[in-house]
Amino acid sequence: MGSPETEPLLLMRGIVKQFPGVRALDGVDLDVRPGEVHCLLGQNGAGKSTLIKVLAGAHQPDEGEIVFAGEPVRLAGPNAAMRAGIATIYQELDLVDGLSVAENIFLGHEKSTLGFTRRGDAERAARELLGRLGHAEIPARREVGRLPAAGKQVVSMARALSHEARLLVMDEPSAALAHDEVGNLFRIIRELTAAGVAVIYISHRLAEIREIGDRVTVLKDGRAVAVGLPARTTSTDEIVSLMTGRDVEYVFPERPEPVAEEDRPEVLRVEHLTLPGSFEDVSLSVRAGEIVGLAGLVGSGRSEILETVYGARRPARGRVLIDGRPVRPGDTGAAVRRGMGMAPEERKSQALLMNETVAGNVTVAGLSRYASFGWLDRRRETADVRRQIEALDIRPPDPARPVVTLSGGNQQKVVLARWLLGSAGLRLLILDEPTRGVDVGARAELYAVIRELAGRGIGVLLVSSEVPEVLGLADRVLVVREGRIVHTGDARALDEATVLNMIMEGSAL
Amino acid sequence: MTETSQGSGGSAPRTPPEGREADGPDGRLVSLAKRVPVGKGPGGPRPPAGAGAAAVRGPGEIRHLGLAAALVLLAGVGLATQPENFATSGNVVAILVLAATIGVITVGQTFVIIGGGIDLSVGSVMALASVWATTVATQSYGPAVMALCAILVGTGTGVVSGLLISYGRLVPFIATLAMLVAARGLAQRMSDRKTQLIRPENDALVALSTTRVLGLPLVVYIFAAVAFAGWLLLNRTTFGRRTFAVGGNPEAARLAGIDVRRHTLALYALSGFCCGIAAIIIMARTTTGSSTHGDLYELDAIAAVIIGGTLLTGGRGTVVGSILGVLIFTLITNLFILNGLQTSDQLIAKGAIIVAAVLLQRRGLRSPT
Repeated sequence: MGSPETEPLLLMRGIVKQFPGVRALDGVDLDVRPGEVHCLLGQNGAGKSTLIKVLAGAHQPDEGEIVFAGEPVRLAGPNAAMRAGIATIYQELDLVDGLSVAENIFLGHEKSTLGFTRRGDAERAARELLGRLGHAEIPARREVGRLPAAGKQVVSMARALSHEARLLVMDEPSAALAHDEVGNLFRIIRELTAAGVAVIYISHRLAEIREIGDRVTVLKDGRAVAVGLPARTTSTDEIVSLMTGRDVEYVFPERPEPVAEEDRPEVLRVEHLTLPGSFEDVSLSVRAGEIVGLAGLVGSGRSEILETVYGARRPARGRVLIDGRPVRPGDTGAAVRRGMGMAPEERKSQALLMNETVAGNVTVAGLSRYASFGWLDRRRETADVRRQIEALDIRPPDPARPVVTLSGGNQQKVVLARWLLGSAGLRLLILDEPTRGVDVGARAELYAVIRELAGRGIGVLLVSSEVPEVLGLADRVLVVREGRIVHTGDARALDEATVLNMIMEGSAL
Repeated sequence: MTETSQGSGGSAPRTPPEGREADGPDGRLVSLAKRVPVGKGPGGPRPPAGAGAAAVRGPGEIRHLGLAAALVLLAGVGLATQPENFATSGNVVAILVLAATIGVITVGQTFVIIGGGIDLSVGSVMALASVWATTVATQSYGPAVMALCAILVGTGTGVVSGLLISYGRLVPFIATLAMLVAARGLAQRMSDRKTQLIRPENDALVALSTTRVLGLPLVVYIFAAVAFAGWLLLNRTTFGRRTFAVGGNPEAARLAGIDVRRHTLALYALSGFCCGIAAIIIMARTTTGSSTHGDLYELDAIAAVIIGGTLLTGGRGTVVGSILGVLIFTLITNLFILNGLQTSDQLIAKGAIIVAAVLLQRRGLRSPT
């Protein structure tokens, strides 16, 4: 250390952040030098998001200390972090579409006199900042909603600069950009770092990290397993091996003995399904009793594939067949009638009726089962819900309990129960991130439930960001990268590192 | 992560012991799904609240007690201030007849609001229906056709609003605002801004308000029937349940295979249907059809729904609460008239009641029940 060259700008030591059921950060160390691009790597759930939220002042650490520019700081809130000189650019850009470029840049610290905004000053300052970023062509008065993704990102960076940020945290900045735009992003980053600004750069794309990064810190299970590796010379194998082999042992149910393919009829067949901008020419099939897992990064098109198969999106080309007969595209009602069920990624916003009871949530998709001429037989309905509660061991076992009061794992079981009511009718269960927000103990239960459902002859198509989960649960694994299926294989023949390599390295180009 | 925290945190007060264990981050790795649930034997967990069929809809009907108490309180005020006028059968009937028109409209409005929308057009749709049903041409077919005409006009305008909202993707506020203005204008054109009297040969329609059964005019029974039918529809049918789903989380409803657009359309048609029935009641009461009927009824109806505890954002609400809201409003009007007070003061009191009701309900929601 000693020399001013290497004096760290940011020093985090022993940061701990505990959430109910999860120790998201378990003593993370991180040091970032002025003018460097420091890359953070780690699988989903390793603690990257939590760490940058601590830096942004959005989460308060339970333990540990943060030293910024030589002084201990407490980042009590987003404003405190900004005042200290730490600016965060989130993956979903946090811009107001209806405001102009200049207004967005100075949002929250407007140039004003006695409460009146000085628009001229703001626009001049905005133009200057945009010019510094090499994007003088973006009009300061243009509505942000009318800019392309790359333009929005430049505005986000200009906003960060307007705070005189000395540390810029960028969460997957390239995810929303086309490839030529990524080059421009890198040019801006180089100019910033040349001026002494430090950048924490989060990306799954190893090639990008090699191109722009100086040092790499790898997170696993809320701990930094490697600090300050040289970004250009550390081998891919080494990085992947650091990221894999997580301590958390998931207990997966045993796979049944493989059954001859011809004994199991094909439940789902997807032919040349295409949704421009999301995925191209996807073909796959799921047999009765088989669990097929899609492995891929966020943004690889995996969720869109599931949603299109289910009819929540309308494909441009291709078709979906259940039991050999085509399903009407873009119609979830038709999908449900043909025996599909889905547990979507965002449980709260896409699956659950948060005002409703457990029973109301379980029966919402199959109400007509209890109705004669629209009239509900509530006795039968409640009896069925009770049966499902017992079968899936939903706790507490009370159909009248508001669903908001259940834990994540039990809420997920409620969503599963929804599709199991007419168990004879269910042909295909589509699960998007079934264990998100579910604590470790409850995961094993969900795995067992999913396997048991497959054992009843239901086909399961599942997506998970966690490679071990896909490998442990699925019979067959499809690797999705940039909207295409790049590999299909038996789960038993694959290991975590191989899959992770296919997922990440391929996106490097 | 927030999910986990909400799940276990929110359940703390009421969770039975075995539920606590389920939520706990104890990191058990055994498969619990196959385990026999703890405490299933006799003397195990308490029987869930409202066991049996009633278990499907959650609690929350407690707030109705508050509204009923407010009603009793207002009646007490009436008895105290006007002991010889208030409790007469004549006055009680007057209150119920007054409540009938707006009450029927409010039932439809309750469905629309629970379904995540709003219907601003109710008052002028009712006016249009009353005008259409009392034109010379319609009257020549007799009272039954007049009533049918009112219902068809109401339902038809509801369908138009519903189509604009569900398939035309207009915001409900805007679509029904447009209908509010346009229906009133159409009513004025049809009637040439004149009040249309019901002709003597069609007095059977007027008889709805003059014929009494067990001391109450028939229109009060219509109101009661609509309210009861609305309650049944909301609580006992798939339509009602889907209304909660569509209003509470349209995306989840769509992913559960519900045709959200068709359902939305049906909700506005239902509201229009109720306006048609309200038009029959107001024709019977006033013996006229007029483009001035039902002015600002939309505000009273929405206020009554809100007072009744229905979420303006949709997904939660009751017909019973809305009916109580209507009765509270009507009772206030009656008290002010009996005591010879100004209508301006009456409006101020109503405004205060809306705010008070919503504030009290919010408190009621927060405290665990």
